[in-house]
Amino acid sequence: MATQATTVAPKLFTRQSIRGQQRSRQLVDKLMTGLITTCAALAVAMLLFILVYVIIRGAPALNFAFFTERPLPMGEVGGGVAPAIIGTLLIMGAAALMGVPVGIGTAIYLAEYGRGRFATIVRFVIDLIAGVPSIVVGVFVWALLVRQVIGHFSGFAGSVALAIIMIPIVTRTVEEVLRLVPDMYREASLALGVPQWKTIIAIVLPTAKSGVITGVVLSMARAGGETAPLLLTALGNQFFSFDLFQPMAALPVQIYNYAVSPYDDWHTKAWGAALILIMVVGLLSFITRQVTRGRGLGGR
Amino acid sequence: MRNARYTKANMMGEEIRPIMVTVRESEETLEAPSAPAVTVEHLNAYYGTFRALNDVSLEIRARSVTAVIGPSGCGKSTLVRCINRMHEVAPGASASGRVLVSGEDIYAPDSDPVQVRRHIGMVFQKPNPFPMMSVWQNVVAGLRLEGISDKKRLEEVAERSLRKAALWDEVKDKLHMSGAALSGGQQQRLCIARAIAMEPEVLLMDEPCSALDPVATIKIEDLIRELRESFTIIIVTHNMQQAARVSDRTAFMLMDEERAGQLIEYGSTAQIFTNPQDKRTEGYITGRFG
Amino acid sequence: MHAIPDPPAPAPQPVAQRRSGENVGDRVFRSSTIVLAAVNPLILGMLALLLFIDGWPALQKEGLSFLATTTWDPVFTEFGTAHFIFGTIVTSLIALVLGAPIAVGAALFLAEYAPDWLREPVSYIIEMLAVIPSIIYGLWGFFVLAPFMRATVEPFLREYIGPLPVIGALFSGPAVGKDMLTAGVILAIMILPTITSIAREIIKAVPDQQREGMVALGATKWEMITGAVLPYARAGIVGGVMLGLGRALGETMAVTMVIGNSSAQITPSLFNPGYTMASAIANQFREADSDIYFSAIVAVAVVLLFVTAIVNGLARLLIWKMARGPVGLRI
Repeated sequence: MATQATTVAPKLFTRQSIRGQQRSRQLVDKLMTGLITTCAALAVAMLLFILVYVIIRGAPALNFAFFTERPLPMGEVGGGVAPAIIGTLLIMGAAALMGVPVGIGTAIYLAEYGRGRFATIVRFVIDLIAGVPSIVVGVFVWALLVRQVIGHFSGFAGSVALAIIMIPIVTRTVEEVLRLVPDMYREASLALGVPQWKTIIAIVLPTAKSGVITGVVLSMARAGGETAPLLLTALGNQFFSFDLFQPMAALPVQIYNYAVSPYDDWHTKAWGAALILIMVVGLLSFITRQVTRGRGLGGR
Repeated sequence: MRNARYTKANMMGEEIRPIMVTVRESEETLEAPSAPAVTVEHLNAYYGTFRALNDVSLEIRARSVTAVIGPSGCGKSTLVRCINRMHEVAPGASASGRVLVSGEDIYAPDSDPVQVRRHIGMVFQKPNPFPMMSVWQNVVAGLRLEGISDKKRLEEVAERSLRKAALWDEVKDKLHMSGAALSGGQQQRLCIARAIAMEPEVLLMDEPCSALDPVATIKIEDLIRELRESFTIIIVTHNMQQAARVSDRTAFMLMDEERAGQLIEYGSTAQIFTNPQDKRTEGYITGRFG
Repeated sequence: MHAIPDPPAPAPQPVAQRRSGENVGDRVFRSSTIVLAAVNPLILGMLALLLFIDGWPALQKEGLSFLATTTWDPVFTEFGTAHFIFGTIVTSLIALVLGAPIAVGAALFLAEYAPDWLREPVSYIIEMLAVIPSIIYGLWGFFVLAPFMRATVEPFLREYIGPLPVIGALFSGPAVGKDMLTAGVILAIMILPTITSIAREIIKAVPDQQREGMVALGATKWEMITGAVLPYARAGIVGGVMLGLGRALGETMAVTMVIGNSSAQITPSLFNPGYTMASAIANQFREADSDIYFSAIVAVAVVLLFVTAIVNGLARLLIWKMARGPVGLRI
């Protein structure tokens, strides 16, 4: 009798038994799977579209002169963006000299000593600085250095602005990797009678080396593409200049100036400069990603 | 339609129960009176290329409690997760063989895992009420998925399920609080109520007491004995006393040389615990390993 | 700048706590890290204070009308920024409406749907979107997106949605391409990686027991997501969306290059060129010849700073809350 009942029972688990309500549930499920996949595909397509476009438009501009010569006045064919490349390197170098020590020092303080109210404040402040729009940082440095202390636009002012942008990135990444260094290393060193400061410098930092480098490179990749704060501080320059206390060209600013000009040749140069910028920034991020992936340390 | 089927099943239950009692007393002399509720045939389960279950076959009787015991890593959780096709949710997991529930192969090509799970309830190791839903919403979550929105009917089902799960008296005034606000034992009984609200053919329990304190454990065990009247229950446990206390039949599993789970012995709980046929079962029962 | 915010670090436990008898080297080293750490509050304090002092003359002169009127006329020293604020809000809202669903969808794809071999490359590509400097988005928007919007998208919207009541007003007027809608679209692309990376982490943090509970009830994958994953992750995802909003509010170059920068009055049409607070600053700082003009530009930065600080603060709060998990879930 029981056997009978089970054979008579309707099919429970097959798709054939599904109708009405169940069918529409499955339809919705399929639809959403498609929609969600489309979202990801759209994001990927967007990046590829932008990248390919920059490469196609930018590649024709690239030649030897583009890397070695200065921009020519409108109407003259040729010239390059060498001052902007040099300017970016100088500004970034100076920014790193200021921002990296502060960032690493803050990270060491937070990871090795930080507790209590001051550390909480510093962490909170780091988050706040990270959230300040870069244009506001630019306005700050513009109001402080350009209009008051120095009195005119300068590469140095640009460096200060970029340094402020770099600090939170360096601090967060480095603090995170320092925390990943196992305490047993510190204890082993301290137990040998090595003072704490030497332990940090000789044991902790070298252990976390790749993560620290990652933080620095990552911050430079982010800051190197910033335009708005440089526009307000370094301003740009058509000529070669190695004086950080004079207006200085930088790649992102050069791209902007070329792009909004009315000349086709300059537009091409804007794409060329964009291609250089994207290659440098992309390469830096690629390196940091490889390093972090290899060691399992550092940022995301 | 479903309700009609259930009325029938309940009627059958009424008739079978006296027989079942005698069966439990003199298991070996009598043939099983009813078709098995779950039949597992040559089941192999894999995680990627690793084989977790090695050719497991067993028949689970309807309206009884079957315990699956064995040392950790022996595949007992994998076995029950294969019975409602939860196993394949894990990335890279797959299974082969046949699992018949009410005579139907849930791994048949035209079988739909969502339908399988709808008919086979599961209670997990850690209580997992949905924290963003109230107690009440937790109980009827499955019915609402099916598009049932008649509030009166949902309330009826919720009360009936909570009563069956021996939770009604404790939560009837807290029905609109978050499911996560209950104690651990209450959360687990809420999860049981959530599973039986679907009126499943089979109720799977994967170490349902391992995260609970002894008092909550006793309550769940009492509950399991009561639920046997209406459901076919398969419970995984690492606690032999628990298996002895709540189950009618016990399956003992062990890893083979390649770390795949194997069924070693399966019989009435009384027989497994008092007169194991296999040396390995005896070793485990008497605490020589595991 | 837009890295994923970390949950508040657990109370650190330095190994050596012995301060008395600390040797000279230790004292010098520790003090110098404290000094370096103190640079941060100093920078932020100076930034806020200096901007406020420099912006004060304009704020004082205009009073509430600085925020409430739309006349920005340096020649007659009238500074109303309501239309800048309006432009900032509208473009950011467009960015959220377009970008957030796609970003969360992409996060769901990465966390729940993508096969293993696809997960890494796709998340890498989406992270690359965050790496592209905003000037390049601006360049692309200026030469590619704006013409496309003018020639194709906007005429289409005007023809099919324009005649509808109420929302039709959003899509009326001539299609110029360099307008608020285009700025919103660019911002949507730019905030996508921010939201996706946070939403993905948050979704990954939803305990598997929650998913299993739903699936075992016979839920389809999508029902599992709407029933168990998204409710659990809601606060964190909203936090991620708000961080995206923070980025959109302050974004400058990409917006400046596609928004048209014309001081139009506040109108409902998204086809109107406009200004955001950030683009107004970038466009006008060089013309600040008088002290009050300078002060007015700084005051715009003060307003922008204030708004983004609030949005970012709320975002972090939500994400931190999420990182701790819903109350009472642990047993």
